[in-house]
Amino acid sequence: MEHFDLSLVNWSRAQFALTAMYHWVFVPLTLGLSLIIAFMETLYYKTGDQEWKRITKFWMTLFGINFAIGVATGIILEFEFGTNWSNYSWFVGDIFGAPLAIEGIMAFFMESTFIAVMFFGWNKVSKKFHLISTWLVALGANLSALWILVANAWMQYPAGMNFNPDTARNEMNNFWEVLLSPVAVNKFLHTTSSGYVLAGLFVVGISAWYLLKGRHILLAKRSIIIASVFGLISSIYLAFTGDGSAYQVAQKQPMKLAAMEGLYKGKEGAPLIVIGVLTPGKEYNDDKEPYVFRIQIPKLLSFLGYRSGNAFVPGIKDIIDGNYTYTDQDGKQKVALSAEQKIERGRIAIQALADYRNAKENNDSLGMAYNRRLLDENFEYFGYGYLNDPKSIIPNVPLTFYSFHIMVGLGFLFIAFFILMLCLIYFNGFKISRWLLRLSILMIPLGYLAGQLGWIVAEVGRQPWTIQDILPTVAAVSRIDSSAVQITFFLFFIIFTSLLIAELRIMFTQIKKGPNDGGK
Amino acid sequence: MNTLKRVFRFYYDGFRSMTVGKTLWVIILVKLFVMFAILKVFFFPNILKQNFRTDEERSKYVIEQLTTKPK
Repeated sequence: MEHFDLSLVNWSRAQFALTAMYHWVFVPLTLGLSLIIAFMETLYYKTGDQEWKRITKFWMTLFGINFAIGVATGIILEFEFGTNWSNYSWFVGDIFGAPLAIEGIMAFFMESTFIAVMFFGWNKVSKKFHLISTWLVALGANLSALWILVANAWMQYPAGMNFNPDTARNEMNNFWEVLLSPVAVNKFLHTTSSGYVLAGLFVVGISAWYLLKGRHILLAKRSIIIASVFGLISSIYLAFTGDGSAYQVAQKQPMKLAAMEGLYKGKEGAPLIVIGVLTPGKEYNDDKEPYVFRIQIPKLLSFLGYRSGNAFVPGIKDIIDGNYTYTDQDGKQKVALSAEQKIERGRIAIQALADYRNAKENNDSLGMAYNRRLLDENFEYFGYGYLNDPKSIIPNVPLTFYSFHIMVGLGFLFIAFFILMLCLIYFNGFKISRWLLRLSILMIPLGYLAGQLGWIVAEVGRQPWTIQDILPTVAAVSRIDSSAVQITFFLFFIIFTSLLIAELRIMFTQIKKGPNDGGK
Repeated sequence: MNTLKRVFRFYYDGFRSMTVGKTLWVIILVKLFVMFAILKVFFFPNILKQNFRTDEERSKYVIEQLTTKPK
């Protein structure tokens, strides 16, 4: 790996992370708020109460601001694929092509068409058609997210494809395996439900501000009720989908799970760390205690990861050293290879690809067949061949560990928060103390933080891989001048920060104005 | 034709009656211009499309990239 330009890899990764994180500032609110608006408009449709219409239109305006500022920010990621990640882009082209093309069509036809009816059609189409359009915008936004998340899930767990050594591309051989892989299903449900929770927090937080200011009281109270119910259901669902996601991580990406838990030495009946502080400078093969401090629940990690309290959970050292028993995707018991062995097999695969190419150029059909077989036999470890040191397969443990634990902690905080709000509404007749109203506003940035941390766990925890086990970042990156990547990194930083400032300014102005026609 | 006219009027009236939306459209258009006319053209060429004419050449290049260590 020392042969590769790490500065180029790191800048390319930093740039992609920056773009993706900014993109994710805009997306989750769109996913959740579109649904909340659809529920509010349904109430207007059912009751004919004009106040529900005003409430719907107000939140729709904020949705529109977020949608407009965020739209097309994801396209930058596709630019980066072509320039900074050309090897990767070519390598996965056929797998990404189908989902991204469907996403483009979905986004364009469903969102763009019905969003116009949603905003322009209030007095021009029937109430029913308007309501259907609002629901279709919500559905379209969520379906758009499905395809990009399917593509991301494939990078975590490549399935439903064959590698073609003639083209150097992975070719989809089973669309349904790609779409319905357990990782894709869990990723979609977990990621979209995190957007629902954020939207719930957003609506409650802004409504709380109105209550603090004594303005638009009815709008605020009704919005808090809808958003708290929606937020509570979503946050409980988020916990379940989070469990599903973590279970898939345990099965498919054990190193990521070990990093999430700071687990260096595996054990049967492994505990789950509730709160912990990692020992600074801890190496995978030293004898230092991994935690300075921890509160743990016995056996829970084994149970959550393998559905058995006594199951063995491999730690970082076990995964590097190998020689432990695990159950593979087909349910067969296997002994894990060491990282060294995987590196060796990866090198065989890479050499087989090179030799296959040479044999093809020399019309040597026997050589082609031999190397093809060698490549197929070792392809699952292809990416390891680029690594020189077994330690390279360890992701950044502190970043993954703390991101994971803060995210989970916030998830449970959100459940408690929504329960508290609903209890106060139900038992206390909406008498919410001012400190809780202020806390409600603080919940909005915490919702954004939790979403970003989730992506850090997913992406940093997968390192060094771009595609799990098959392609590390060092091989995926284009061999271009790293200074070019640095320039565009700062360019993006300026552009996206400007967009964010623009969104916040317009959003704050609109919130201060409140609903156009007053509200009660 | 009548339907097309009605669709056109629908969008035309909708855009005309926008308030905060006009600012947003300016932001969207400036953003798309910066993305496609500046960033895409000057900073983000598709390396494989730009440097090679056929898929055969592209796959050969990528295989070379994947099977040889950088100099």
